Amino acid sequence: MKRRNFTALVAGLGLTASLMGTSAMAQDNMRIALVVKALGIGFFEAAAKGAEEAAAELGNTEIIYTGPTDTTAEGQIEVINSLIAQGVDAIAISANDPDAVAPALERAMQRGITVISWDSGVAESGRQMHLNPSSNELIGNMIIKLAADNLPDGGQVAILSATTTSTNQNIWIEEMQKVMGNYPGIEVVATVYGDDLADKSYREAQGLMQSYPDLDAIIAPTSVGIVAAAQAVADAGKAGEINVTGLGLPSEMAGAIESGASKSFAIWNPIDLGYSAVMIAHALASGEATAEPGAAIPMGRMGDVTLDDTTSGAMADPFIYDSTNIDEFKSIF
Amino acid sequence: MSLSEHTTGRHIPDRLRSPLEARLKSWESLLLLVAIAIFVANSFASPYFLNAWNLSDATFNFSEKAMIAFAMALLIIAGEIDLSVAAIIALASTAMGAAVQMGAGTPVLIGVGLGVGLLCGAFNGLLVTRFGLPSIVVTIGTMSLFRGISYIVLGDQAFGGYPVDFTYFGRGYVFWVISFELVLFALIAVIYGIVLHKTNFGRAIYAIGNNPTGALFSGIRVARVKFILFLLTGLMSGVAAICLTSRLGSTRPSIAFGWELEIVTMVVLGGVNILGGSGTIPGVVIAAVVMGLVTFGLGLLNVPGIVMSIVIGALLIGVIALPRLWAMRRG
Repeated sequence: MKRRNFTALVAGLGLTASLMGTSAMAQDNMRIALVVKALGIGFFEAAAKGAEEAAAELGNTEIIYTGPTDTTAEGQIEVINSLIAQGVDAIAISANDPDAVAPALERAMQRGITVISWDSGVAESGRQMHLNPSSNELIGNMIIKLAADNLPDGGQVAILSATTTSTNQNIWIEEMQKVMGNYPGIEVVATVYGDDLADKSYREAQGLMQSYPDLDAIIAPTSVGIVAAAQAVADAGKAGEINVTGLGLPSEMAGAIESGASKSFAIWNPIDLGYSAVMIAHALASGEATAEPGAAIPMGRMGDVTLDDTTSGAMADPFIYDSTNIDEFKSIF
Repeated sequence: MSLSEHTTGRHIPDRLRSPLEARLKSWESLLLLVAIAIFVANSFASPYFLNAWNLSDATFNFSEKAMIAFAMALLIIAGEIDLSVAAIIALASTAMGAAVQMGAGTPVLIGVGLGVGLLCGAFNGLLVTRFGLPSIVVTIGTMSLFRGISYIVLGDQAFGGYPVDFTYFGRGYVFWVISFELVLFALIAVIYGIVLHKTNFGRAIYAIGNNPTGALFSGIRVARVKFILFLLTGLMSGVAAICLTSRLGSTRPSIAFGWELEIVTMVVLGGVNILGGSGTIPGVVIAAVVMGLVTFGLGLLNVPGIVMSIVIGALLIGVIALPRLWAMRRG
């Protein structure tokens, strides 16, 4: 009743005329919400940049870049509720909690909103598809490729991993071993574990250099290990001699690239991730594509993503960072 | 008691205001005006605001916090505070999650949630009343303790798999857009309103807040009343934990992080003197609605959360400062 009275009052005053105008105009646009874990994080600001790029390419698309102040599920649910209320066309979310946000997102889908997750996924019931930045196969291949590309005549490489029980690292190393045949002349001489501790990783890298005087490269598929190994190599005066590579963050690796201890390394590119998420959300919301197992969904300049049985897919190879682009990305994440 | 009251003494009027005048000039009336103004402003600012379902969704933003705010209001009026409420939610939710893993059904879960809340409240109350420790220090400590236990139990894992009928508390609707949480919020508001404003126990709370020594010598069992208030705050945290866990469908140790400050803000905005002695339940109810409307209205405009915090802060200072400025101008 109260609602009716207020609506009548508002309409009677005729002050909503301009407001109705703007909302009607907004309806022509497709409104896609990019919901991130928390605002003010460089990685997600970069993803938002990619999202705007996709919107400009698509035309008639408005990006609502939003998220809670801290990385809580409750905060994201409040954001989702307000997006449902606004009747956005699509929500692309990097979730703080795969399960807790699912009920709110289920409600969004019931009200006809396209929901996808990217980066950090949502339980299957709460989204139509999930976009992984990369896949284990692609990462496994990338880490050995990074080392091999700088060793045209072959050579010795060693792996500095996290802990012996780190699931991700173990899978990536396993995938790497599967494709070793594609890189003839490259020999993996040792695998050591720095437990994702800076000092232990540093000592393990020192140990590798002593045990294998002819070592050509250290592969560290962990952001802690790669920085420690690069530091150990630089401190030993072997920068340029031993190439440290693997997975790392541009902000932490800028020094190693500069000193020459690392020629290149890889990690996902947040700009591409935001771009692809918006492209997929747009394709699904406009009905150009359907999220079902086996479907190939277009992502503009990033090609297609093919969905597996859990309707999730991998965007691309990890993005390579070297001296040509490190300055651009080191301030981002 | 503020500094100015201390130095100039309490203002004693020549005659009492008429009941109508007093009511019109009360804090609650001012807040109600603010609430109406925000409601109208929101309706103009966003075309999505005036929608029954959207407004119903908005109530979830404040109803769980408000349930605790009522108990907190009593505690603050009595001159104490409990900053561990959000951590109690985390611990109660973790305990419920653990119970689910052992195959507990919904009635057991409710028992566990309320029981853990009561135990935590009793622990706080014991430390404050038995050992005479300041409640702000005790509850800053137990805030870390309770949430710390959740982190030890869960780490980066989550408890899930709550029974289907358990989801009613956080997601169920009693009638049309009226959610179970909203009904519970209203019910608890009425109960606390009666307890504070219509019972001897309520009078005792005001007496303790104004002058604990005086209250003691008047025959009020001060420690016992305070202990009961800590129990109630723990219990309400347990109730909120049930609603929130049911709404989220999973438990992580970071659940309800930072809620204690929002709850205290709600209580103070509701006109409860942070130093104890005065305040009303209707004030807290309106403050809860005001905060809910502000965050939801700003959310509809996609205002970032940090700006919302600034607005809430400004609102708090504004609403508290205005009547003082008004009083100063009138001399």
